[in-house]
Amino acid sequence: MTGADLFIVLIAMVGGAIRVSTPFMFVALGECLTEKSGRINLGHEGNLVLGAMVAYAGSYTTGSPWLGVLMAGGAGLVLGALHGWICKLPKVNDIAVGIAFMSFGTGLAFFFGKPYIQPSAPRLEAIPLGDWTGNSSIAQALQVNPLFFVGIALAVFLWWAFRNMRWGLILRMTGDSAASAKAMGVSVDLVRLLATAAGGFLAGVGGAFLSLYYPGSWNEGLSSGQGLMAVALVIFARWDPVRCVFAALLFGAAGAIGPSLQSIGISQGYYFFNAAPYILTLFIMIASARSKSAAREAPGELSIVK
Amino acid sequence: MTAVVSPPVARPISLGPRAMRAVEAMVIPAGALIASALLFSVFLILLGKSPATFFSLIWTGGFGSSFSIQNTLQRSAPLILTGLAFAIPARIGLTLIGAEGALVLGGFTAAAVAIPLVTGGVAPILTLPLMALSAMAVGAVWIGMAGWLRHYRGVNETISSLLLSYIAVAIMNFFVEGLLRDPASANKPSTMPIGDAYRVGSMPGTSVHWGLAAGLVLAVLLWILMTRTTFGFAARMTGGNVRAAKAQGLPVGFLVVACCAIAGACAGLAGFFEVAAVHGQANASLVAGYGFTGILVAFLARQNPLAVVPVAIMFGALAASGGLIQRRMGMPDATVLVLQGIIFVVLLVSETFYGRIPFLQARTTGDRT
Repeated sequence: MTGADLFIVLIAMVGGAIRVSTPFMFVALGECLTEKSGRINLGHEGNLVLGAMVAYAGSYTTGSPWLGVLMAGGAGLVLGALHGWICKLPKVNDIAVGIAFMSFGTGLAFFFGKPYIQPSAPRLEAIPLGDWTGNSSIAQALQVNPLFFVGIALAVFLWWAFRNMRWGLILRMTGDSAASAKAMGVSVDLVRLLATAAGGFLAGVGGAFLSLYYPGSWNEGLSSGQGLMAVALVIFARWDPVRCVFAALLFGAAGAIGPSLQSIGISQGYYFFNAAPYILTLFIMIASARSKSAAREAPGELSIVK
Repeated sequence: MTAVVSPPVARPISLGPRAMRAVEAMVIPAGALIASALLFSVFLILLGKSPATFFSLIWTGGFGSSFSIQNTLQRSAPLILTGLAFAIPARIGLTLIGAEGALVLGGFTAAAVAIPLVTGGVAPILTLPLMALSAMAVGAVWIGMAGWLRHYRGVNETISSLLLSYIAVAIMNFFVEGLLRDPASANKPSTMPIGDAYRVGSMPGTSVHWGLAAGLVLAVLLWILMTRTTFGFAARMTGGNVRAAKAQGLPVGFLVVACCAIAGACAGLAGFFEVAAVHGQANASLVAGYGFTGILVAFLARQNPLAVVPVAIMFGALAASGGLIQRRMGMPDATVLVLQGIIFVVLLVSETFYGRIPFLQARTTGDRT
């Protein structure tokens, strides 16, 4: 591998990281919001797939990709609200409900998505940030979708809101100790319902990115566990929205290894590189499972870290 | 070590709580199924389809003729095994959803082991057991890892087992697309076909492969293991309360890993039958969702290995009638997925009714929590 090849690979990885990370970022922020309230939603895989389908269908029928994004968020909101409502029933296990919603959301998306596999819908447009360099591979890598920036802005906002806004404090208190939230007169179930629904909305938007930008079409193999990996990513990011962004970028880079090596003609072991993000996630989970700082920063009511 | 532990002594009026629990475990899932059917009917009516046609097609496609019954049983064989793969760890308190990966990896291992043996001309009577054993061993190690990580490193087993699933599929693809690819498999990369002489045949008088018999035998064996042996009692006690089990001196770590390894072996065996009886080679067809339907099967069976069998047959019928529904009603093949999703969600909602149905609760005399 020469220096020029290395440069191309690195640039391709940066571009790939930005592209691949965006859905991770939205699901992770949604999951972070949900988990801060003390509940876990493993069903975001379903939100992601359904969001991708709804966004594509919405963009196809209305002609506006941004309406599609909103509709995807709406679909995620409904799934999240249902999850939140079911989990407040006594004796119902939130992890199991998440698995059920994974399968329900995927089933709905496949069912209603059949007619949208062939037609092509208007996509989200990227902002060409690298054209001034005059280098085509840099220009291509720096085609950044606006949703990426929306995600970053959202992460910073959530980070600030958790610390400084009234609802942020209520949310964190509910997640850390339902008993003290109750003592303060907060309706724990309502807070968790709202947080889960809002988290579902964000996961749906993440799905919209998949079908409307990258890879950019609707098909049944669109999401391969991103929704679930985002759950692990939140644990890795220790429930901090800004760290979620960095974690998502790391995952994006891992996912981009295979395609960027392919761009300089190394296709050996392509399928093995497909496994890289999952292996990375697993190692991150192993590394952070017994970490003291993770234990300190985890919401106290969260079933997954107990 | 565990000799002092014995099942709870029956109380004089013990018919009450225990029988009631059994009644609950029948009535509530049945109610959930009926509720799901109603919800799904609403879904169908909204789409302008007839629920009556749908359910009668399920019946015809699943049990209507001897052909469809055999088709149903054939499809239920892997579901019994993957159902067991969820049910056994669930008894020890683990939510493992990675049976799909163990199935895929087990099937792939069976095919990979077969290649040198088949080309070397080793007799099928030796080859097939070797394939099955290596599939089970690899499955056991794969899911056992998730159990080990859970107990010794505190890694959430639900997520780790699903990640392991994706890694398993990637490993299979890596070899099937590369090193072990049969050049003759043009459009669908596959390993070398094992050949008819090495296939697992059908059970006498049927067209159902031996995987069904294996599933039935394992279901009974695992039921005995979980309900009639010290191992099973210790495992269930660990599932009830890990701290109490540790305080009793039970080997919790061993129990957790062993239950997971049993689960992985079941799923691996399912993979072996998919390769040796159904596909004849390893390829992407192994990723068929049996692992995930198995979760649903086990939930509906309340984690009881014996109850897994009829529930798996029910879902086998659902899968078997999928094609008929597609053709006769013009609905996509994902229809069955939607129905499964609804059943799954309703089933979990129904958990909330345990111990809370008034006429059942009146006689359980505070035995339940």
